[in-house]
Amino acid sequence: MTGQPGEDYREISFDDRMEGTEFRVSERAHITVDTEVCDSCTVRSCLHVCPAKLFVPRADGGILFNFEQCFECGACYQVCDAEGAITWTYPDGGLGVVFRKG
Amino acid sequence: MTEPSYAGPVSASALLQQPPPARDFDVLVVGAGPAGSAAALAAARAGCSVALLERGPYPGSKNVYGGVVYGRILDELVPQWWEEMPVERWVTRRSTMVMTADQALTVDFRSQRWGTAPYNGATAHRSDLDGWLAGHAVAAGAVLVPATVATGLLRTTAGTVVGVRTDRPDGDLTAKVVIACDGVNSFLAKEAGLHPRQDNARHLTLGVKETLALPREVIEQRFGLTGRDGQDIEILGCTRGIPGGGFLYTNLESVSLGVVVGLPGLAAAKVRPEELLADLKAHPAIAPLVRGGRQVEYAAHLIPEGGYDHLPELAGDGLLVAGDAAGMCLAAGIWLEGVNFAIGAGMYAGRAAAAAIGAGDTSQAGLAGYRRALERSFVLADHRKLRKVPGLVLSERMQRQYPGLICDLAEGLFEVDNPRPKPGVWRLLRTAVRRHDISPRRLLADAITGMRAFG
Ligand SMILES: Cc1cc2nc3c(=O)[nH]c(=O)nc-3n(C[C@H](O)[C@H](O)[C@H](O)COP(=O)(O)OP(=O)(O)OC[C@H]3O[C@@H](n4cnc5c(N)ncnc54)[C@H](O)[C@@H]3O)c2cc1C
Ligand code: SF4
Ligand code: SF4
Repeated sequence: MTGQPGEDYREISFDDRMEGTEFRVSERAHITVDTEVCDSCTVRSCLHVCPAKLFVPRADGGILFNFEQCFECGACYQVCDAEGAITWTYPDGGLGVVFRKG
Repeated sequence: MTEPSYAGPVSASALLQQPPPARDFDVLVVGAGPAGSAAALAAARAGCSVALLERGPYPGSKNVYGGVVYGRILDELVPQWWEEMPVERWVTRRSTMVMTADQALTVDFRSQRWGTAPYNGATAHRSDLDGWLAGHAVAAGAVLVPATVATGLLRTTAGTVVGVRTDRPDGDLTAKVVIACDGVNSFLAKEAGLHPRQDNARHLTLGVKETLALPREVIEQRFGLTGRDGQDIEILGCTRGIPGGGFLYTNLESVSLGVVVGLPGLAAAKVRPEELLADLKAHPAIAPLVRGGRQVEYAAHLIPEGGYDHLPELAGDGLLVAGDAAGMCLAAGIWLEGVNFAIGAGMYAGRAAAAAIGAGDTSQAGLAGYRRALERSFVLADHRKLRKVPGLVLSERMQRQYPGLICDLAEGLFEVDNPRPKPGVWRLLRTAVRRHDISPRRLLADAITGMRAFG
């Protein structure tokens, strides 16, 4: 589209984007990813659909996953077809994302 | 207690050999979203003892929507609701914008009637709105249990639902009827086998939303608003051809800007959702409206868009499902009404549960009044009527071809290129149809589908 390079709002970094959202981070990882399964995955849908960008490609071609800043939306387990790659649960009561402007 | 189990796609029911002789509550509602609070409110008003479980620290803390709630259904539950509902702005301007990269056609309607009682739509934040409705359930006698996850159903070996397991130390809660209002992922309804197929990603869209702070006067000037008046803008053609749409809503001192896109389409296009947001923010029709807005929160949530043809079973033995948990959101890219449907469904579920308990039969058959009430009400009547619309709005043609067609048509009509004589509409249409490689027969068929659905 016609974005003007240099216009401030296009430059918001992903970290800045996430900064306003509150997370009460749990000690238990509510989502875990068996990255060995990912090694043989070619579609890698999670890289695109995870709105919090928690799946990141590693230099060696693998996948790195962080659970902390998760919206608990469910997009990742819904698109991932690989059996056993994602173990998905809700965080324990009261923990995880806390929206104020949802 | 046994080893901890968690709520998720693989959560399993805890089985009891015998139904518990006594129950902690008549009705247990899982999820304090609009469906759950309406269910708890209706059941408590009908004289039931009710618990309302919510996994977030407060109602609304896990919930995200675009931002407009249509409150008419509340007339039945909270008379004069408009005098107390926590509203940002009353929607007096509703617009639909169809865009290409450098064109936009907006249909803009304003009614000042919607800015006075009994009102029509309002913008509100979910933390305020959901908390307010849950407060009414509590005032009616329901017990709100926040920061508590229902991790699975409690069922007898015969399959009857008799309660839920929670992640609290004291564990299990029993009830005569469980109402699952646990939202789009609804692990409880899936666990009970009410959803025909586990895999419904095809009918899910992902919504991402930025809340951008702007001074009140700036919003009034940019959107042409006065006092508490507000505008909602639905947008088609802003998703790079991925099935979906966008929205821009005005709050009192912020605007909500978002895009909604089909999950499979997003994955296939290898585009990230925030890239679509960046496109939208830079679009010539949107940039001047949001310029300088400071992002205060970023949020994301799934939406069930299957519509009437993909509803699950709505009742089991001892179990009802309402709201997004049953896919009752009326959604099709640009079109998002879920809160009102959730409130309606929750209300009928609460009443049906109370009636079944009163009659002493909480089996699936005893709870069948729920579906009948929904079919008679707007909840399923609208879904039935509009069952073809999600397919149409999310179709390739609507997403990739029609925005360009519509904008070119408008451009042709409005462009003045004297000394050439003005072209006729039919010639413009023929040219645009050819340019966008559209089959005239499909166009006609879609127009008829559209007119039938809305007519
Ligand atoms: C981006 C976006 C834009 C939208 N725009 C609009 C709009 O403008 N207007 C509109 O009317 N609708 C809109 N919708 C749809 C609307 O948000 C939903 O239809 C509506 O929230 C459904 O209400 P619900 O009560 O069924 O579910 P939810 O609001 O999702 O509530 C479910 C509740 O259950 C809780 N819960 C879930 N699992 C458990 C568990 N195991 N234990 C305890 N608690 C649990 C959750 O924390 C949550 O509070 C939008 C949705 C999205 C995502
Ligand atoms: S999480 Fe699933 S989609 Fe993502 S890389 Fe691993 S296997 Fe592939
Ligand atoms: S639940 Fe949503 S935000 Fe969390 S990891 Fe999965 S896709 Fe990302």
